Amino acid sequence: MSEQKSQSQTAQTTGHAWDGDLEEYNNPLPTWWVYTFYATVVFAIVYWTIYPSWPFGKGWIGGASSITYVNSEGETKTHSWNTRALYLEDMNQAAAAQKPYFDKISAMSYEQIAKDPDMNGFIISAGKAIFADSCAPCHQSGGQGVVGFFPNLTDDDWLYGGSYDKIHETLVGGRRGYMPAFSEVLGGEQIDQLANYVASLSGIGHDAAKAKAGNALFHGEAAACFYCHNADAKGRKDVGAPNLTDSIWLWANVPATAGNEGKVAAIRGVIANGLNKGVMPAWAGRLSPEQIKVLTVYVHELGGGQ
Amino acid sequence: MQTDSAGQTGLYQKRIPIFTRSVKGRFRRFKTSVLVLAYTVYFLLPWLPWSRLDAPAQAVLFDIPGRKFLIFGLTVYPQDVIWLALLLFIAAILLFFVTGLVGRAFCGYFCFQTLWTDLFIWIEHFVQGERPARIRLSRQPWNREKILKIGGTHALWLLAALWTGLSFIFYFSYAPQLLVDFFTGQAALAAYITVGIITPSTYAAAGLMREQVCTYICPYGRFQSVMYEPNTLAVHYDSRRGESALGRAPVRAGQRSLAERHEQGFGDCVDCGLCVQVCPVGIDIRDGLQYKCISCGLCIDACNTIMDSFGFPQGLIRYDSEQNLAAEKPTAPKLQWKSLKTIGYGAALLLMSTYLVYSISTRGSFDRVVNQIRQPLYVVLSNGDIRNRYQIHITNKSAQNQTYQVSSTGIPAEALDLGSLHEITIRPGHSGLLQASVRLPPELAAKTHHFELLVTPQGKPADARSETVRFDSPRQAE
Repeated sequence: MSEQKSQSQTAQTTGHAWDGDLEEYNNPLPTWWVYTFYATVVFAIVYWTIYPSWPFGKGWIGGASSITYVNSEGETKTHSWNTRALYLEDMNQAAAAQKPYFDKISAMSYEQIAKDPDMNGFIISAGKAIFADSCAPCHQSGGQGVVGFFPNLTDDDWLYGGSYDKIHETLVGGRRGYMPAFSEVLGGEQIDQLANYVASLSGIGHDAAKAKAGNALFHGEAAACFYCHNADAKGRKDVGAPNLTDSIWLWANVPATAGNEGKVAAIRGVIANGLNKGVMPAWAGRLSPEQIKVLTVYVHELGGGQ
Repeated sequence: MQTDSAGQTGLYQKRIPIFTRSVKGRFRRFKTSVLVLAYTVYFLLPWLPWSRLDAPAQAVLFDIPGRKFLIFGLTVYPQDVIWLALLLFIAAILLFFVTGLVGRAFCGYFCFQTLWTDLFIWIEHFVQGERPARIRLSRQPWNREKILKIGGTHALWLLAALWTGLSFIFYFSYAPQLLVDFFTGQAALAAYITVGIITPSTYAAAGLMREQVCTYICPYGRFQSVMYEPNTLAVHYDSRRGESALGRAPVRAGQRSLAERHEQGFGDCVDCGLCVQVCPVGIDIRDGLQYKCISCGLCIDACNTIMDSFGFPQGLIRYDSEQNLAAEKPTAPKLQWKSLKTIGYGAALLLMSTYLVYSISTRGSFDRVVNQIRQPLYVVLSNGDIRNRYQIHITNKSAQNQTYQVSSTGIPAEALDLGSLHEITIRPGHSGLLQASVRLPPELAAKTHHFELLVTPQGKPADARSETVRFDSPRQAE
């Protein structure tokens, strides 16, 4: 370590002596540190000129950089740099990146879209995003719906039809399901009979005698259920009347109710109180035609498409 | 640490320039051959052509935007990250294994800091001459000769550093095109940034900082010290032989032969100082094993040269272990590998290398992931059947377009429905998605908890891969 000793480094003092011998050490900042500090000052000045920095009057100094974007009204706007404008510009870029796909989609038929692996991939990702934004609040994220409120889109039963065209029609114009409350015209005994009949259609344990009477009521003019649900009780898709003979339940929560008595009671409740909550909003005007088309294929591909 | 008059410790020490003398010998030859081999690979590999159907004809290409590494016939995708993990593990274990046996062999012969410093010293030697000439040049006042020589050295260093940076980026894009693009200003910003970082850092690390990188910056050098064992072979000065009773002594009349020197009590070291002059980190190995030593073996070469010239036996400085040097009766140095640590590292090394080779050689031509759709887990259909749905992601890892088909075992064949896409053709390096649904009658559904989905590349039944997937059905109420 002889070479180190040759370098003498004496501790600096401030140079002033108090009381004759009292000195103060001086520890100046390291040179590299000081110059780094100067560099940060220069950086800050450059930064001020490029980006928004100082409050000024009622606004602020915008800086030299700007962002141009097209807003939702289709107007081109230029604004000094800010994260909101940056977000809108990003959205413009994302929309531009999606445009070729949407253009292709509006030119293709539903069947072509479903059979094209690339488009299929786009539908699954883009459709999922639109579905999550617009549909999932009611139909749930996977389209499984909620018994008693919102229909399941993944099964093979459709109130209004599961073809591409019917799904599209539902999306564009919305739907309004309605069933009158039969407690106004029928007595409790009759409703119980009807409920037993409906239970018998799906093979649920029931009172055979009541079901027989219910059958008569169903097909007779007193209750006139067959007007909407059809004589075979398989429903009418043109009015959205559900098929009562299958294993799928939307309004009466039969699958989750324990015991045959309970299941019949659940059906009884629906017949007595009717329904006026089967409302699907119309999406025309809220979503673009291409978005609705994507959703149509997406919903069709959820598993139940016909 | 030096102390000054006020008793304060100075924290900063100015670098003392090291002018290394060149030397010939076994270790120098080994170092040179490692250097030549490493440089041949590093600088020329990006230029090796390799014909491919769908990618640039470059043997080794790390295609970052395309998310794949092309290494000769092998294409590595991000999901193969386990190979990188294995490689890093193997590298680490190899370092531990070797360090326990022969000390900092990595530092001395293979580390890129050592290699580039070696190259830069060679450039310095080429321009300015041997050690005495370089010392004279550094001491003389600035004149035409000094400006030309020092300036020329730095210019060549910068050029070497620039080519180092360029060679690095050549691995990430088609090299011939990138070279042209780089100098016409059309290369990607990342290329300029990378070269902008690597060039000055190479210049600074190999030209200006050199041994300071090893001494002050590099953690590997330091933590390798803890891997030394008493029987680890390292570069040692045999002080018992070199110093004897009265210490080193220059060769002069009456102290010329070994017999004379031994009789008078002098050691074998003639104190020529050559071992210090050749040392790239500027230490004196005769002070004993020290943390600055990168174990490059040049002092062994230097000492052996001197020993030869006086007719003394070689090996005053040699690879030996502390244990052996301190022993009553030193034996010939030999590798001490019979310890649990060494054998354990060796076993781990062998195991992981075998696994890596196995994993690469048995890689499939495609990847598949089957995800069961969980929203909802199952659907009850109108006739009471239970349906589960699955998304099958397939990634084509082969070099051609490939069509894939999906079939099932463990369920009736008609239960599997692939919807509108019955098979999918995927471009090389791309992924595709198939949606499958499986529909079972309630009785069968209740019994089925798992089944297999089989993905088969068309025309390659041997490459088929199966995946066991769950089948969910409602719990039977009551």
